[in-house]
Amino acid sequence: MSKLNIGAYWAASCGGCDIAVLDIHEKILKVNEACNFYLWPIAMDFKYEDVEKLEDNFLDLMLFNGAVRNSENEKLAKLLRAKSKLLVAFGSCAHTGGIPALANFYKKDDLLRRVYVETESTSNPDKILPQPKTEVKEGVVEIPEFYDRVFSLAQVVDVDYFVPGCPPNPERIWEVLEAVVTGAELPPKGSVIGATDKSLCDECEREKSEDKKIKGFSRIDKVMVDPKTCFLDQGLICLGPVTRGGCGQKCIKGSNMPCRGCYGLPPDIQDQGAQMISSLAALIDSKDPEEIDKIVKEVPDLAGYFYRFSMAGSFLEGSK
Amino acid sequence: MAASKIKKVGVFVCHCGVNISSVVNIEKVVEAVSKLPEVTVARDYKFMCSTPGQELIGKEIKEQGLERVIVAACSPLLHEETFRRVLVKSDLNQYFFQMVNIREQDAWVTADKDKATQKAIALISAAVKRVQTHEPLPKREVDVDPNVLVIGGGIAGIEASLQIADAGHKVYLVEKQASVGGHMAQFDKTFPTLDCAACILTPKMNSVGFHPNIDLMTYSEVVDISGYIGNFEVTVRKNPKYVDYEKCTGCGVCMEKCPSKVSSEFDEGLVERKAIYTLFPQAVPNKPVIDAKNCTYLTKEKCGVCQKVCEAGAINYEDKEELVKVKVGSIILATGYTFAKPDVLKDYGYGKLDNVLTALEFERLNNAAGPTDGEITLKDGSKPQSVAILHCIGSRDKNYNEYCSKVCCMYSLKFAHLVREKTGAEVFEFYIDIRSPGKAYEEFYTRIREEDVHLIRGKVAQVTDVPVTDDEKGKLVVIGENTLTAQRVRVPVDMVILSTGIESNKDAADMSRLVKVATDKDGFFIERHPKMAPIETASAGIFIAGTCAGPRDIPETVASAQGASSLALKLISKGKVEIEAATAWIVEELCAGCKLCISMCPYKAIEFDEKKKISVINEVLCKGCGTCAATCPSGAAKARHFKDEQIFDEIEGVLSL
Repeated sequence: MSKLNIGAYWAASCGGCDIAVLDIHEKILKVNEACNFYLWPIAMDFKYEDVEKLEDNFLDLMLFNGAVRNSENEKLAKLLRAKSKLLVAFGSCAHTGGIPALANFYKKDDLLRRVYVETESTSNPDKILPQPKTEVKEGVVEIPEFYDRVFSLAQVVDVDYFVPGCPPNPERIWEVLEAVVTGAELPPKGSVIGATDKSLCDECEREKSEDKKIKGFSRIDKVMVDPKTCFLDQGLICLGPVTRGGCGQKCIKGSNMPCRGCYGLPPDIQDQGAQMISSLAALIDSKDPEEIDKIVKEVPDLAGYFYRFSMAGSFLEGSK
Repeated sequence: MAASKIKKVGVFVCHCGVNISSVVNIEKVVEAVSKLPEVTVARDYKFMCSTPGQELIGKEIKEQGLERVIVAACSPLLHEETFRRVLVKSDLNQYFFQMVNIREQDAWVTADKDKATQKAIALISAAVKRVQTHEPLPKREVDVDPNVLVIGGGIAGIEASLQIADAGHKVYLVEKQASVGGHMAQFDKTFPTLDCAACILTPKMNSVGFHPNIDLMTYSEVVDISGYIGNFEVTVRKNPKYVDYEKCTGCGVCMEKCPSKVSSEFDEGLVERKAIYTLFPQAVPNKPVIDAKNCTYLTKEKCGVCQKVCEAGAINYEDKEELVKVKVGSIILATGYTFAKPDVLKDYGYGKLDNVLTALEFERLNNAAGPTDGEITLKDGSKPQSVAILHCIGSRDKNYNEYCSKVCCMYSLKFAHLVREKTGAEVFEFYIDIRSPGKAYEEFYTRIREEDVHLIRGKVAQVTDVPVTDDEKGKLVVIGENTLTAQRVRVPVDMVILSTGIESNKDAADMSRLVKVATDKDGFFIERHPKMAPIETASAGIFIAGTCAGPRDIPETVASAQGASSLALKLISKGKVEIEAATAWIVEELCAGCKLCISMCPYKAIEFDEKKKISVINEVLCKGCGTCAATCPSGAAKARHFKDEQIFDEIEGVLSL
């Protein structure tokens, strides 16, 4: 069998997804046996121009992690789309915008001002902001253009598959790689792979009551969390109900922490944050508008909490 | 959104006389929607709900072979049923229908005609998209439970209960106070006939107390209502009376001996009652309750006199509140009203000056069974020489209640007559307008004018005890204006009666949430239609009687109570009621078993399948409220006829222009 041509790329991301690939441990050697890498910025030194020289559809598989936040991200997304047979949105940021897309709650100017002028550790008396083009003695210096908002990969180019997670579970990553390497029958285009259609509650073994009533929200630093009881029953917000399973329950089982929603929304809901708000609103046990208001205000950052990973693809999309 | 598959959609636009057509350009609407690719025919008519209108729809269904029907007219609350029946008659499933509200939600609330027309087109376009995914749903019928719940034991609740009980059906009558009777029991004479309230009320109270078909629960409150028309489940909290009514003979010795005295709410604080008390001597049931807050035994475990003197051994200090569940098919709300006590009372010296009374206080003073045995006296026991009656206190006043309380003019004229008759005092009535429409009301007004009552047209600004002249010394001085002579007036009197109006109960908002019937801005329950359905509410099977729907006098209250009982009896005699076929279901492959829906279902229609680890909806119990679909975090619970795709299609249709 001839070796597969593959690559991995990071756009607006933290690098965790690449580390997760390495977390398949010694199996990476098997990947190496079966594949030739043509791009993997975190691990190997390839140049963009090398990729540009490849024929279209030359790459059998491209794992694209990170969101699209600037012109460089977009350029590479389009380039890699053209060069790849299978383009995979890999990890939460490529899937639904992830943490970087939380910036969509703000306007570009506000973000730049905050980061380059106002942060406590910054001294920038002339209030200089990064410019796409800067003229210096030697000529013109160009940097990528910072966009008004963050996009998920599929909002910019056509995507074949989605692998959710922040980062994706290494076991699931291996399953995906194995399927491609062995030439197994692949699911329909557009599928979310490495995750279940049912929400995380299906796998979660915690005791769930049948008369949930929320009288107030708590936070994990304020209570002793019972590892056997549903977080919602303890007044702790868990995004498990609006999140696909398949992650391996590292948070809820491993660390006794509620789900933050990184595996993204199950197939039949349209907006992860709005759906969770709708569900929780139904559970609040009060008919008094003032009391309800008080309960809701116990969550300091409603939007940030519920749209932590899914802002780019949500109904809200971005601040205008 | 998928491309539209259903191409035979008929759109029918109603003018509603000129209600819609005076704002919305119907011609333009019809022209615009005709161009939509899915629309086969678009027609308009003056009154689509009329027989010719309905026939027009039926004809087009047959001739064009329409697959979906849209009527753009008034609120579906008014005529959805009407048009669904047209579909059924034309052999189309009634759920292939969509009603677009271009009256209440467009014509009546949009001033700009172009915008109103655009809005109508947008709303109809939304419906055209929505009906694409409508599915046929089967008809569902349920049996009607023949028992009826009546909330409130005033004259409205009493009358409604008796009508239903006399027809042979079981009534649960729940009254918050220790006795039935309501406000009417506090009155002495009723206008315009001047017959005594007790003479006409107490026999009815007695009938309610002893009727074999009436389960009277006094000192009780409704705390929860679930279910739907024909099948409500109601939880009633029986507050502890601390008196065992099975044993109590009603001898009254306990009340005589009880040493704790508190201000009597029934007598408007004019006298005191005991901590163990009946509301009034003719109370039904005529057995006492202990007011736990003021009983020395229950607060300090001292005293215990009532227990010692009770020969029947009926006193039970250990009594606890009890929750009782009852099943009924319909509910009559007869929760009554409260007399307003607006802040403006202070300007008239109320609470500061002696002999300034509210209307209800005067009613008690004048009542033959009241604190003075019906003698109209001043605080010092003497008879007043002159009395002023001030109309519209807090009524017809933008600062308080904007509405007219309807009964005050007539009861004020009644007061004038009673004062003249019993004391011979001079009477000054300060009014804005005299409102006396009603059988024999105007004649009563004429009669009072002939009884030498001074009628002064003008509102009073102030009541003071600071004299300017010698005549005013030791008197209450009423300062106002006579608008007919354009003069300021100062009238020294001995007594001032403030005619306060009818106001909704303080807990109207709580009751509204409990029964799921909305209230208007003044806290009165809203009828399903102000003219054509004044007793029904938007909640099927729940009716309103008496003053909880707005100011009414006794004849109107009794009439509405009889109306409400007739509607309840209609349901019972029909025996079955058609209910919403749009129930919910759960997609097995998506349900993760989080159980959130089970917590939320108001009809307890969802169970957990322990084997499959998923939630399952019992369709017989499901009412199709959609709560589970809204709650379900993973999109597994779906509401028929309100599927996400239908709602998103609708939104897309609105935004497509």
